[in-house]
Amino acid sequence: MNRYETVFIVTPVLSEEQAAETVDKFRKFLKGKGAKMKHEEHWGLRKLAYPIQKKTTGFYQLFEYEAQGDAVNLLETEFRRDERVMRFLSTRMDKYHVEYAESRRNKSKEKKPKAETTTA
Amino acid sequence: MADEIRYLNPIDIETKQAKYCRFKKHGMKYIDYKDGDFLLKLCNEQGKILPRRLTGTSLKYQRKVSQAVKKARHLALMPYVADMLK
Repeated sequence: MNRYETVFIVTPVLSEEQAAETVDKFRKFLKGKGAKMKHEEHWGLRKLAYPIQKKTTGFYQLFEYEAQGDAVNLLETEFRRDERVMRFLSTRMDKYHVEYAESRRNKSKEKKPKAETTTA
Repeated sequence: MADEIRYLNPIDIETKQAKYCRFKKHGMKYIDYKDGDFLLKLCNEQGKILPRRLTGTSLKYQRKVSQAVKKARHLALMPYVADMLK
């Protein structure tokens, strides 16, 4: 079971919940393939550095999961079939990448409690 | 009278600063393709990747940088061609 990280962009034409619904579709697909979701991030609507399919913004979504090798191929064919997804990129995570991802998550956790204390 | 000339500010002789690989120095093992602003430091205004001779990074990390930048470009986090990026 290798660790993979996939980032994909959903077209901004959809409304917020339609975008969330597409993301949920891929989440279920991965679970169906026996993948364990480690971490998810939703960067929301972001400006693209260059227009893709004549659109300048997109919903970014990140999945970090453990899966079999072939599960990733199936996921990618699923991405190609779904026209709501503009672009996707899956990378295999080596040990330095895993370390980095964990340290990044703890850093974001540290930031959050600090924010809460100030608002409370 | 004004026998010795005193400069207003000391002339700085071009001291050749030894270049170092920032990844080895700070012990960064992984270059993330997702944080664009760090990768921007390694590109010039047109969005091109800076060569090793300017940044001084070692070959191993320069390859990782170029892979990360190309992934970031694919995900539209960084432009392929830009003007006055900085």
